[in-house]
Amino acid sequence: MNFLKTATALGGLVLMTGTAFAQSYPDRPIQLIVPWGAGGGTDAVGRLLGGQISEELGVPVNVVNRTGGSGVVGHSAIANAEPDGYTIGIMTIEIDMMHWQGLTDLTYEDFDILAIVNTDPGGVMVSADSEYQDIESLLEAIKSEPKGTFNASGTGQGGIWHVGLAGWLISEDLPPDQVTFVPSQGAAPGLADMVAGGVDIVPSSLAEGRSMIDAERVVPLATMSAERQNAFPDVPTLAETTGSDWTVAVWRTVAAPDGLPDDVKETLEAAVEAAYNSEEYQTFMQERGFGLRWAGSEEATQIVADDDAAFGEVMKEAGLAAE
Amino acid sequence: MDTIVAAAALVFQPYVLMVIFGSAAFGMFVGAIPGLTATMATALLVPVTFFMDPVPAIAAIVTATAMAIFAGDIPGTLLRMPGTPASAAYVQDAFALTKKGVPEQALGASLVFSALGGIFGTLVLITSSPVLAEIALKFSSFEYFWLVVLGLSCAVFISPGSPARGLISLFIGLFAATIGLENPAGAPRYTFGSVELMAGVQFIPAMIGLFAVSEVIRGFIHRTDPGKPPKTSGRGIISQQWQNLKRYPKQALRGSVLGTAIGALPGAGADIAAWISYAVSKKFSKTPEKFGEGHVEGLVEAGASNNGAMSGAWIPALVFGIPGDSITAIVIGVLYVKGLNPGPMIFITQPEMIYAVFIVFLLANLIMLPLGWIAIMSARKVLSIPTRVLMPIILMFCIVGSFAMNNSVFGIWIMLVFGVIGFLMEENDIPIAPAILGLVLGPMLEQNFVTSMIKSQGSFIAFFERPIAAGLGIFTIAVWMLPLMLLLLRRRRAGRTDAASAN
Repeated sequence: MNFLKTATALGGLVLMTGTAFAQSYPDRPIQLIVPWGAGGGTDAVGRLLGGQISEELGVPVNVVNRTGGSGVVGHSAIANAEPDGYTIGIMTIEIDMMHWQGLTDLTYEDFDILAIVNTDPGGVMVSADSEYQDIESLLEAIKSEPKGTFNASGTGQGGIWHVGLAGWLISEDLPPDQVTFVPSQGAAPGLADMVAGGVDIVPSSLAEGRSMIDAERVVPLATMSAERQNAFPDVPTLAETTGSDWTVAVWRTVAAPDGLPDDVKETLEAAVEAAYNSEEYQTFMQERGFGLRWAGSEEATQIVADDDAAFGEVMKEAGLAAE
Repeated sequence: MDTIVAAAALVFQPYVLMVIFGSAAFGMFVGAIPGLTATMATALLVPVTFFMDPVPAIAAIVTATAMAIFAGDIPGTLLRMPGTPASAAYVQDAFALTKKGVPEQALGASLVFSALGGIFGTLVLITSSPVLAEIALKFSSFEYFWLVVLGLSCAVFISPGSPARGLISLFIGLFAATIGLENPAGAPRYTFGSVELMAGVQFIPAMIGLFAVSEVIRGFIHRTDPGKPPKTSGRGIISQQWQNLKRYPKQALRGSVLGTAIGALPGAGADIAAWISYAVSKKFSKTPEKFGEGHVEGLVEAGASNNGAMSGAWIPALVFGIPGDSITAIVIGVLYVKGLNPGPMIFITQPEMIYAVFIVFLLANLIMLPLGWIAIMSARKVLSIPTRVLMPIILMFCIVGSFAMNNSVFGIWIMLVFGVIGFLMEENDIPIAPAILGLVLGPMLEQNFVTSMIKSQGSFIAFFERPIAAGLGIFTIAVWMLPLMLLLLRRRRAGRTDAASAN
């Protein structure tokens, strides 16, 4: 009798696992790793997309913040997960810089990039008290004054806006350290220091300076993009003013560990695209002043690869890359 | 005015009010148990606040700490075992009243004057912080460098025990803060190739270890029986305080003012405020000989002082992002997690949040009166809970909290390591608060020093070139010189009396 019971139970179990296998992806919760702190911009993007992807796929999406180590910890956690579609994450532009700095061996090639969901071009911002209220006179002063007269801040050493500033200076035939870079814990402390008179320039995205621009304490002089930004139509591009062709933009991608099965990848791509196009995501990004930009898997991988090469060049020239 | 309405809308919601009530009860409970401090109440609350919006999260912490600081007086009065270090200053007087058979007199005075001190501190917080924030907008790395140095110096010099022990503790914290990648050069330090260590020592697990796990270890090693608390009656708890207020108005005011001021000093908190206020009260009293014999006067002043300090400590925390004591050090960590980066910018970008915090402070100090009365009435039951039931529950909370911080088992390791460190420190009379401040302020100290040096191209004079920086620098150096001066003065006086007696 007992034997019979066990047999039936076992049979049932086998049947159940059988159906589980037959059932298509996804059949259990998905983990979405955000390599940056809760409450920040990347976290907000991750949580909003996570909610929409969950609705699309019909399983819960748990957002997990794995912070610290300038993003190395979280990016490692995504890349080292099982490529089964149950761990995805928000991969940010730091992936194209951390390996040049020698912090990790991890590169974008360790990920299956599903899509780019946002970009924000860099800019040039000065304090409202600054004596330079347009980009041409600022550049003129940077050129004529001795090296190190001007300070800039807005990210850590070798961070995106440090690279963005160095790239701009190189494009203007200046040494990359003509303006001294003062490392900070992000754009907000950099902006606060600029308003306090500690530094002269913050080359971060205009979106990050939005509340200070609205409070008329910070003046945006230029955007480092090919075209003017929709949210800041009065701010000219570098090409229009100084004639520099340098552009730089941060992006956020949704990515998975390298080696996803094709059918899983397709399902995820479709879900991310639907999430991107959802009204919630579109309104949220516009409200926060974040740039909306869609690039599917192939195009996104190309953009990430191009940036990786471009940043490598600038970082080597500026002495930011590890030997 | 619009911001105040918006702030009130954030606070007066059933969910937020429920959180305030729940955390008030929790704070009462933790504070009333000997050995469990207000800081520990905060540490245990942090993991719970992860699941809340910013306003209820802050409300939970504010309410619980205000309650815990008062509730620390309960076991102090009934059993002569102060529940928190902040109530240790006047435990002698409170227990003497219990022996006279009138514990409700001591408890009532603590309760009412705690609430008064807290409300006074809150009013100072409300009026001064927006003004200070406007000034703080002019602060660059030079000014912040001096503020951090000042905070660390105060933590060492005013900490209970000798400055040498304070320094040891401070350097433990500063060392732990150097681990990882979060430094101005972005270079990995002491990471030994571990990706987890690149993130550095996570503050919340380290702090849960230092404050809570160490207490669990101690509870296990030194088993003590607190004994049976005497009965309390509700008679006259509140009504009698009207007379006390009429008899000691100056003392209540002086305690509130001094407590708030000490709290506002970066690095000094409620326990120090209580000790200093008790001493001041005795010095200026008409009947100093009654102190320690069951006299209410010192209770009134020091009770108002420690709760005033609790509110005052939030001034530097909100305005500069520099903690006033170990509780606000934790709070700053929570604010960052919630995306509310403390500092003058928050007064521009999210003023309604700041006003919501102010409203919560007032509520917390008002709700203290009825809840405190209940706590006094039920003190007997809380104090009878055996340690062997309590400690495992606390340890469980610790583990969950340390894991939840970053969803990684590594947090639990940090918690355990710091638990052992905290236990060893306390066993050797090394205070923990300087270590906590070192851990929080270490990265700020390095960041502001290095960036200042980059800006000034390596010139130290730049630290005195800007007027505010020069003022802060001179003040800080004066604080360093003070113990030296006092020593010299004492020697000279001693020398003079020697000379006099020789004559």
